[in-house]
Amino acid sequence: MNRRILAAMRYTRRNPALAVGIGLLLAILLFWGIGSIFVPFSRTSALSVPASRVPSWEFPLGTDRQGRDLLAVMIAGTSLTLRIGLIAGFIGIFIGTILGFVSAYYRGAVDTIIRGSVDVLLTVPSLLVMILVAVALKGGLTVEGMALVVSILAWVWPTRTIRAQVLTMRESGYIRVAQLSGMSSPEIIVKEMMPNLLPYLAASLVNAVAAAILASIGLEALGLGPMESPTLGMTIYWVLHYSALLHGMWWWWAPPIIIIVILFVGLFLLSTGLDELANPRVRRSV
Amino acid sequence: MKLDYIAKRFGIFLLVIWLALTVIFFLPRFSTQNPIREKMNQEMLRGGYVQVGMEQMIEEYESKFGLNKPLWEQYGTYLSDMGRLDFGYSIAHYPKTVKSMLSEGLPWSIGLLGMTTLIAFGVGSLLGALLAWRRAPQVLRYLFPPLLVLSAVPFYLLGLVLIFFLAFENSWFPLFGGYSPGTVTDWLSISFWGNVLHHSFLPALSMILAGIGLWALTMRGMMVTVQGEDYMTMAEAKGLKGSTLFFRYALRNSILPQVTSLVLALGHVVGGAVLVEVVFGYPGIGTTLYHAIREFDYFVIQGIILIVIVAIALGTFLLDVAYPLLDPRITYRRA
Amino acid sequence: MNTQLLKLQELQVFYHTDEGAVKAVDGVTLSLAKGERLGLVGESGCGKSTIAMTIMGLIKSPGRIEGGKILLGEVDLTKLSEGEMRRLRLNQVGLIPQGAMNSLNPVSRVKDQIIDGMRAHNQQISKRELRSRVYEVLESVGLRRGVARMYAHELSGGMKQRVCVAIAISLHPQVVIADEPTSALDVVVQREVMETIGQLQQQLGASVILAGHDMGLMAQFVDRLAVMYAGKLVEIGPVKELFAKPLHPYTQLLLASLPGLAQRGVFRGIPGLTPSLVHVPPGCLFYPRCPQAMEICSQEVPALREGDGRQVACHLYDSEVMI
Repeated sequence: MNRRILAAMRYTRRNPALAVGIGLLLAILLFWGIGSIFVPFSRTSALSVPASRVPSWEFPLGTDRQGRDLLAVMIAGTSLTLRIGLIAGFIGIFIGTILGFVSAYYRGAVDTIIRGSVDVLLTVPSLLVMILVAVALKGGLTVEGMALVVSILAWVWPTRTIRAQVLTMRESGYIRVAQLSGMSSPEIIVKEMMPNLLPYLAASLVNAVAAAILASIGLEALGLGPMESPTLGMTIYWVLHYSALLHGMWWWWAPPIIIIVILFVGLFLLSTGLDELANPRVRRSV
Repeated sequence: MKLDYIAKRFGIFLLVIWLALTVIFFLPRFSTQNPIREKMNQEMLRGGYVQVGMEQMIEEYESKFGLNKPLWEQYGTYLSDMGRLDFGYSIAHYPKTVKSMLSEGLPWSIGLLGMTTLIAFGVGSLLGALLAWRRAPQVLRYLFPPLLVLSAVPFYLLGLVLIFFLAFENSWFPLFGGYSPGTVTDWLSISFWGNVLHHSFLPALSMILAGIGLWALTMRGMMVTVQGEDYMTMAEAKGLKGSTLFFRYALRNSILPQVTSLVLALGHVVGGAVLVEVVFGYPGIGTTLYHAIREFDYFVIQGIILIVIVAIALGTFLLDVAYPLLDPRITYRRA
Repeated sequence: MNTQLLKLQELQVFYHTDEGAVKAVDGVTLSLAKGERLGLVGESGCGKSTIAMTIMGLIKSPGRIEGGKILLGEVDLTKLSEGEMRRLRLNQVGLIPQGAMNSLNPVSRVKDQIIDGMRAHNQQISKRELRSRVYEVLESVGLRRGVARMYAHELSGGMKQRVCVAIAISLHPQVVIADEPTSALDVVVQREVMETIGQLQQQLGASVILAGHDMGLMAQFVDRLAVMYAGKLVEIGPVKELFAKPLHPYTQLLLASLPGLAQRGVFRGIPGLTPSLVHVPPGCLFYPRCPQAMEICSQEVPALREGDGRQVACHLYDSEVMI
């Protein structure tokens, strides 16, 4: 067991991004985990506490104009936003893996259609499309509904990455060998290709989650999100709505921004770290 | 033969536009047949004030898109309207047309977006290239962590932070708007331009800073890959000067995938720009969109999104067509 | 001695990795006469490419010259600054690289890549002179003028390699280093390219170091052959004598593993693996695989002994008089 830990620590020196990324995300999870034990969820509802209070012992992050305890809101919001990101991210990866695989493995007309759609859809401004959809749904969105809206375009980029990866793998020797030795297609896919795809899937998942969170925050900030839920994006919306900036309510707008930044930087580093894990580069240490 | 490539790209361009139009046509029909009447009902429930002339608008709308018309006829009318750039009327600001609202905001948005993208891309790419270059001053390496953080921050959140520090705490810059309220919009006067620039500074800055982070990081990645290529070794073996190696060999080869990244990122950049405008109250189509969403002004939303999709498709098309000029391996002959 | 153009003296080049220092080149002493063709042969990882790159000054961290000298005439290349080394490249020492597939800038035309080398060392050349030189140099490698305007991806493998040769000799350097120039080419093209290199070498009176692992190629091309193993030099001598009577057991095994036309049956290889260059065992590095190993071989590193125009590093010849 000790050897493994030592090896892991040595790897950290080579791949600092992975370690720092995991660290940051763990910090956020810790914040949420510990916080949710001590701070009741009820305080995230409007008018549950006195409004517009400056941070104090009773309300460490103060309260907003509508009478919400901002610490509770931050804790709840982190988990809600993460949940949206994870749901949309997983849906995106799930669809993306299937499409990417089918496209690269079976080629032909199917590949042309899928690749063409992906190329075209990539240039479309995803946020705007989601705005359209959200508007057409006319509000009344739940957190899960938000995740579904965000996942509409979440599969596009994963399809592209996974297709490229499967294409490379397909041309490589060991697949040919497996085919020649009589393995059936599904068997090859599961036993030979999947294990090699895992790092890419992991990296794509992280990216998809980050993109989903970004999109959800954007939509919510515009007022198209689940109005009743205290997600991070909705907090930004209320901040804008009530001009918290102009009123100098720094305790309202600063925490969500800080949490969002930590979240994104953590996800970005994690993604870079996973990328390095999948594709080690030449080390330049002396 | 030379046109194969261009023709294919143009075809895709048209396809994208057609797809967008169709989706926009069908989307609301899943939930409502007549957005105007919807809106009116909403207003009435809220005890709001119903515009004079609303009834006329509803009648005009019904005559074109009413329930009694077969679907494909509605579709045909819709397409011909769009072709003439007739986006209809704004429901919330009747009798203003969507087209007029768009043309008010569009120049502002193009100005802001165009300039900031160019600067961010140019400066960011150069910075990123230097970060990856072994012989560049090592001091630059210290920029890496802040750039990393910047690239992960959404544009508009950065904007909020900037507003706080530079406009609120210290009144160096105005808090919002395209120009000071009450000023006469005289595009010929220098002082007006000065006013405009003063107001655009913060929104531009937030987009540039966040953008630089992104471009620097991707360029750095490309440069690292390129530096490991055989032709770099050969070039060095020729005894070429460092600057020649940097510009004509490394940079020149890294810029190609970087431009591709630009094309792909256009959608994302535009999305971010919209939110930046909202945060700063900048009078571009982003703010128009925001208000339209809040007021449920359906036709305006439709028009803006359509225009943006067309613009991006056009931009993509132009960049695609220009690509063979940059990379001799891609010719106009091959599709 | 007489006209030794290039001298390597106890050259040591190590790569510093997380696991330790990889001794890629450990105490190699060689010399190259004017107009001579020297072959540097050995299996992958023996250090021949490292030597080639070190002479060009292209070793980058984590690699470093740990000791020894490289004397080009009177100048010690290991002591030069980057700027001074840069001026020598292409001018005095030219490189024909290994991977011609990717050695040309994909976005520049061939002529620009020949020209920029020339310009880098002489700002004054006129455009007309440059153009005529480009054609001259292309013709000297057997390519027609039209190639100048082409891009790398429009050329075949053999043509690309010829362009690299053209660039390497374009400024008439004293020394040309060919680092496995034909490994990626098929046999027919290989022969043509080697012929071209040979002709040019004679015309220019340059000296050539040919690094590679193809003994047959060496036999046909070089004057003297140096055999390397695990970062050290094991034998060196005139190629015909070396082939006729190989002294070092490794050389013997290398030659024995070359199939003759009449040979049938099992091919003889050399069993075993090359040693780790990080945790270097004591004694002769070939000891574990040597069919003539003695006890002293596992304890002491054999010194390079000289006699009659040949050198060999093997305990077998410790006390004998070299014939």
